[in-house]
Amino acid sequence: MTADVVRATTAGAPELLPGAPRDSLLLRNRADAVYRWTLTALALALPLLLVTILLELTLGAGPSLERFGWKFLVTSVWDPVAEVYGAAPMIFGTLASSFLALLIAVPLALGVAIFLTEFAPRWMRQPVAFLVELLAAIPSVVYGLWGIFVLIPFLRNVVVPPLRAALGWTPFFEGVFYGNSMLAGGVILAIMIVPYIAAVSREVLLAVPGAQREAALGLGATRWEAVWTAVLPYGRAGVIGAVMLGLGRALGETMAVTMVIGNRHDISLSLLEPGFTMAAAIANEFSEATTDLYLSALFEVGLILFVVTVVVNALARLLVWRVARGAAVGSKAL
Amino acid sequence: MIGPRVRRRIGSALMTGVVVTLCILAVLPLLFIFGDLVAKGASSIDWHFFTRSPVPAGETGGGVANAIVGTGVIVGLACLVGLPIGIGAGVFLAEYGSGRLGWLVRFVADVMNGTPSIVIGIFVWTWLVKPLGHFSAMAGGFALAALMIPMIARTTEEMVRLVPHSLREAALALGYPRWRTSLTVVVRTALTGIVTGCLVGIARVAGETAPLLFTALGNLNFSTNVLQPMQALPLQIYVYATGPFDEWHRLAWAAALVLMGLVLTLAILARWATRQRYGAR
Repeated sequence: MTADVVRATTAGAPELLPGAPRDSLLLRNRADAVYRWTLTALALALPLLLVTILLELTLGAGPSLERFGWKFLVTSVWDPVAEVYGAAPMIFGTLASSFLALLIAVPLALGVAIFLTEFAPRWMRQPVAFLVELLAAIPSVVYGLWGIFVLIPFLRNVVVPPLRAALGWTPFFEGVFYGNSMLAGGVILAIMIVPYIAAVSREVLLAVPGAQREAALGLGATRWEAVWTAVLPYGRAGVIGAVMLGLGRALGETMAVTMVIGNRHDISLSLLEPGFTMAAAIANEFSEATTDLYLSALFEVGLILFVVTVVVNALARLLVWRVARGAAVGSKAL
Repeated sequence: MIGPRVRRRIGSALMTGVVVTLCILAVLPLLFIFGDLVAKGASSIDWHFFTRSPVPAGETGGGVANAIVGTGVIVGLACLVGLPIGIGAGVFLAEYGSGRLGWLVRFVADVMNGTPSIVIGIFVWTWLVKPLGHFSAMAGGFALAALMIPMIARTTEEMVRLVPHSLREAALALGYPRWRTSLTVVVRTALTGIVTGCLVGIARVAGETAPLLFTALGNLNFSTNVLQPMQALPLQIYVYATGPFDEWHRLAWAAALVLMGLVLTLAILARWATRQRYGAR
């Protein structure tokens, strides 16, 4: 009896298919292997793409890297005629506009996430979440169009006059407001990144165990206190990750910003003055770049932008994964 | 004299109000944008708008037929390249993605989902525009495909993962080889979900402008030659919106309404399909 079992397990498997040629199992294993390796090859396209992009950008940026070195990052002269390039204004502009966008978007997005997970009646959650996600479905160029013809006039007539009256003495609201400005860029970016931050923070808050809430409520906390003292601290890493994802989006956003920020190579503290961002510079000047060095400078701008966004995104993912492990967080945003 | 308990209650109610207000403020721009699109765009949409190509600057009339067809061609090319790779990578992640390679691919896909699309444009330019010496719809299609792949890989993975394990086990127990189990049972079951993910991805890239700026470039004439520059709706909106003519601005709003309609139709279709399939979840 025991011997039979042993024979069955050692040599038995092929015998299970009477009449089948001995190598059919081999063939089937080969088919499985082919399937597996085909899928693996397709999947490898992703890391390969990332590495190739990085490589091409570095190669393209070579001449500029060699010529300007670190000075590229800190000098402000951008003169295609004299062949001198310094990216400080656009680096500053990218950071400033993204920071402004976060300042506006984070409270809004957290408001959405907290409302939807903690306070909203059940029937309201799906529809409101859908509306917020629709914001992510609007193409960037449509935001730009709306920014030019609706947002800028609105800022000029309604928002800027009281801001200047109250804060005109600070360096941030100096100068004349013509429309295309850092302020317009920041506001349009804020609207655009709200859905990303909201969707990811919402999933993070949903991943906070119910016991966390119940414990706080059981100790006599009000509902807001439960959110503030028990739910948010638990999901802190994930929420920070969500904000960083929003930051990554804001840093790389191109069209809408190009259309409203003014595209001027200057550093100005005033939000009312025009600015520039790295992505906008590439969009505006790439097809006009006539000399190799000019092109190379734009490649370097692209390289900086790419590396910075990849690092920001990578950190963000790791933070989000810590809370909502392995889930494709945020992919439900359209 | 207000006791601490009442004070805490009031504070809590106040913060709830703040949260509700923030939520309303976040949704408000959406309503304004849709409202403005319809208000400023709808009146310019007529038969000619869909059937004619642009007229020279300064003249009135003309349409965006070339841009609509161009968007169709470029997005079609993107699907041809992007869908097989994206879906394949997604199935890999779901079926074989538990190891280190799976982690890497998943991570890279998530990171690439957030990379600036303009950078993809530069990359495709160095590969397909510079060597060939001219801009082309094909390059535009490749740029959009590169944007699509990480998105589709991740949604496909999620959808395939939803397939119950028992189905797979049943197929394997019946003697199906793994590849047939995977293709005809698991992927087949998840097909609606995968299609949904693809629709969402297509909707997303159809509205992209930045990667097309120096790949497809744009074209004022009607063209279906994939080796030549081609117009796309987002490019046309960009040119018209930033141009100096009122007539252009009018057309920009109309084109934006059409693009928005296209993107929304795809997105809502996708959502409706998931609701049908996974509504009970």
